[in-house]
Parts: sequence; C-alpha cells; structure tokens
Amino acid sequence: MITVCRIEDLPPGEALRVTEGVPVPVALFNADGTVYAVDDTCTHQDASLADGWLEGCFVECPLHASSFDLRTGRPTCPPAKQALRTHQVTVADGYVVLNVTVGEPA
Amino acid sequence: MKSITVVGASLAGLSTVRALREQGYDGSITVVGEERHQPYDRPPLSKGFLKGELDADALALGSPDEYTDLAAQWLLGERALRLDAAARSVTLAGGRELRSDAVVIATGASPRTIPGTDGLTGVHTLRTLDDAVALRADLLDGVPRVVVIGAGFIGAEVASTAHALGLDVTVVEAAEVPLERALGRDMGLVCSSLHSDHGVRLLCGTGVSALIGHAGQPGERRVTGMRLADGRLLPADVVVVGVGVRPATDWLAGSGVAVEDGVVCDAGCGTSIPGVVAVGDVARCPNPFTGRHARIEHWTSATEQPRTAARTLLAGRPTAAPAQPPYFWSDQYQARIQLAGHVAVGAEPQLVEGDFDSRSFVAVYQRAGHAVAVLAMNQPKLFNRLRRSLTPIPEAVVSHA
Repeated sequence: MITVCRIEDLPPGEALRVTEGVPVPVALFNADGTVYAVDDTCTHQDASLADGWLEGCFVECPLHASSFDLRTGRPTCPPAKQALRTHQVTVADGYVVLNVTVGEPA
Repeated sequence: MKSITVVGASLAGLSTVRALREQGYDGSITVVGEERHQPYDRPPLSKGFLKGELDADALALGSPDEYTDLAAQWLLGERALRLDAAARSVTLAGGRELRSDAVVIATGASPRTIPGTDGLTGVHTLRTLDDAVALRADLLDGVPRVVVIGAGFIGAEVASTAHALGLDVTVVEAAEVPLERALGRDMGLVCSSLHSDHGVRLLCGTGVSALIGHAGQPGERRVTGMRLADGRLLPADVVVVGVGVRPATDWLAGSGVAVEDGVVCDAGCGTSIPGVVAVGDVARCPNPFTGRHARIEHWTSATEQPRTAARTLLAGRPTAAPAQPPYFWSDQYQARIQLAGHVAVGAEPQLVEGDFDSRSFVAVYQRAGHAVAVLAMNQPKLFNRLRRSLTPIPEAVVSHA
C-alpha cells in the first residue's frame, strides 16, 4: 500500500505518474471524481499514459492514440492489442492510497 | 456491394479492412500485398527494431484472432501490375485477375534513391521489414562507419539508432537547414541540433556527387565512401539513403485513375473513378490544414483516412469526415518530437513552454493570427492539449494572408 498524495492534489481531469515504491510505473487518473490506477506504459509502444488525454473513464495514449478503458484496462481501438493491468486505488481520510496488485511485470 | 479488393497490405490497407467491417460491410474482401509479411508496423523499423530491442513478431499489427474475425483473403507476396478501373479489375504479377465491386488503392510509397546505387552493396534505403533486416545485418557486421544521406526524420532516426549501437555516424544533408520544409528554419535548426548534441557529425548544404565502391567478393562492388558536391571525400562502410519517397502509382498507368504526385482524391478519399478509393501515403487528398491537396505520409493518416474511405465506398458517394490536423512523431536520441498541423510558409513559431536549449519545449506556429501547428520536444502532455486546439485557417484568410 502506498499513500500517493492528498486527493486535492489529483483533481478531476488530472493524472499522476507514480514511480516510487512500485515495480513498474503506475498512472493514476481522477475521472470525474473516481480515481483509477493502471500501468503507466502503453502496451503498444513506449509512452506514458499519465501524459495522455483523459475523456470520461478512457485515456488516449499521447503517442499513437490507442484508447484504454480505465475500468478494465482494455484497449478500445488499435494500435494497442494488450490490456493494461489495473490496480486497486482508494481514497481514505483525504489521501489517495494505491495497492499495486502484481509483484512483477508480466 | 459484395466484393472489395484492397491493394496494399500495410497499415492503411489493414485499417481499411477494419473500417469496412466496423461499418457493417459483410461481403468478401481480398487484400493484395507485395511483401510476403502480414501487416506490420513500420515506425519501429528505424528505431527499436533496428536497434534490436523489438523483434519482428512485436511489429505485428493484427492478431490471429483479429484476422479470423476480419475474414479477409490475404494474397501476400503478390504484386498488382494493372488496374482496369472501369471493370474494377486488378491484374497480379502472376497473371491472376481479381474482379470486384470496389477497389481500395493503398500501395504506399517507395524510397527515392540517388544515382549510382545500383549494384553497390552496403547502400540501403529503409521502408520495409526486409530493408531493416538487411540494414541491421550490415550495421552489426564489425564496426562500420555509417553515412546517412538526408537529415529528414527517417535519416535522423537511423543516425540516432546507429549512434546508439556505438557506431561512427555522419549525416549529409543537401539543404542548408535540415527539416526546413516540415518545421521552418528556426525549428529545423533546433531539432537537427540533436545530432551534434550526441556527437554525430551533420554536414549541411552539400549534396553527394558520387558514391565510390571497390570490388569486394567476386562479382560484388561494395561502397567505400562518397564524394560530396563540395569536393570532400567521405569514407563509409554503410550508407543509408533517406531522401524521401515517391508514391507507388506506376501500376495505375492507363487505368483511368487520375494520378499527380499520388492518387488525386476528394475529401472522401474517392478517386476520379467511382468505386475506387485511395488511402495512406499514396493518396493526395484536400486538407483544410494544409490548404491544398497533399499527400500526408504519416502513420496517423493511414489509420484515419481508411474510416473515411470505407464510408465513401459503402455510401456510394464522397463522405468526408471532420478534418484532423496532420500529426506525426519522431523519436531520436532519447528525444520525442511531435508535430501537429501544417507549418505553412510564413508561419512563425512561438515558444509557449520550456526552452530550446534543454530540449524540452512546446512551440505554437501562428499565421494570420491563427494557431496552425504545434511542435513539441519531450512535452507530450501539453502537446496533446494544444493539438486539440488547432483549427484550419478559413479559406478567405489564407488567400489574403
């Protein structure tokens, strides 16, 4: 469990990249009040999804416009074919708490 | 419509098959591909694949499950020789004739070369997977001195990769300023300074007057260097020619399809012949961002145009989609360059974030008070925000600018 930040530091529409204390970088998104966590690196090619375009609960890769559903990690259009891993994230006492669900990258 | 032939099995061809199925077309689709490979992604050929970080399997654009779902017939390793547009019949090099209700032209482009390369080993162009395999083999053969002719994006990426492989690299560019046509003078200078940042020599303002070779293995002449237009001699063991492409339209001669620097299209990707559309590098479509018919040789266009072309074919009339600003990226020397929009002559870049010296910046090009393009280096987030704010300049403004 990693306490990432206060919820005020991740307002709706914003994203955050977590690199400390995680096996691979994780991206957190505040999609209209709901916080999601997925692997930060696009499954297609090397790009950080925290830099992507957030629309509803979908994020578009900043490089090739693959779109991922943050709820499932699944790509909704090419070029990405593989799903992102999703991670548990909760907001407790005003803090965003990340629970990375895997030990090592697949 | 019961049958469609797609000529070209790269990103634009595959994207057209995907778009046709997404839009509900359930007739037969035959795809003709000159290369023997299933559709693969070309951008890594000058980067991760050439460097050895990705293998050929990682480049696959589709998956076995997807190909099952798409239910197209793939004729790979087959070259289209001729199109009879009126009969919508495609003749293959093996003599086979494919008749269908519609034809999609997605034959892309071929690298331009320079005189004197025929029969000279060690001289490469880079377009296909086979090209990249051959170039990589030469780069890994000893410690060759590499000369890249052309400091465009492909040339710069190859130079960057060869440098990362520990090789001595020189880039020769005929123009005074690399990338000036794509980025304008100032930003061309900024982006091409990545070469010198990393100790790669960049020689500008001089063309190559002759390649020099000597007899190697029996029957082989191998490149040893080149003479530059200014008289200098430049030794080289491997030469990569990156001087642009020409659209692959030779097979359309006599077909009735209007060709002029690519297949001339309307905004719906329709050609001069009903039932024949064109997509990708070969298609020259009107684009409100460029303000004229333009071939846009970008990966992104090869994924966007097919949706438009599929709609046009299935509706039986030109169906243009809202225009997107042209977009491309280039990864070189650990820097990510992204450009959206069109840098017209007279468009002036203004720095809006970062600074040029740190190689992390965003610049917006203005013309007649409109933001017409955005260029970023290592700033993907702000780039994507600004990219969405670009709008085409109204015709009236362009003609009076």
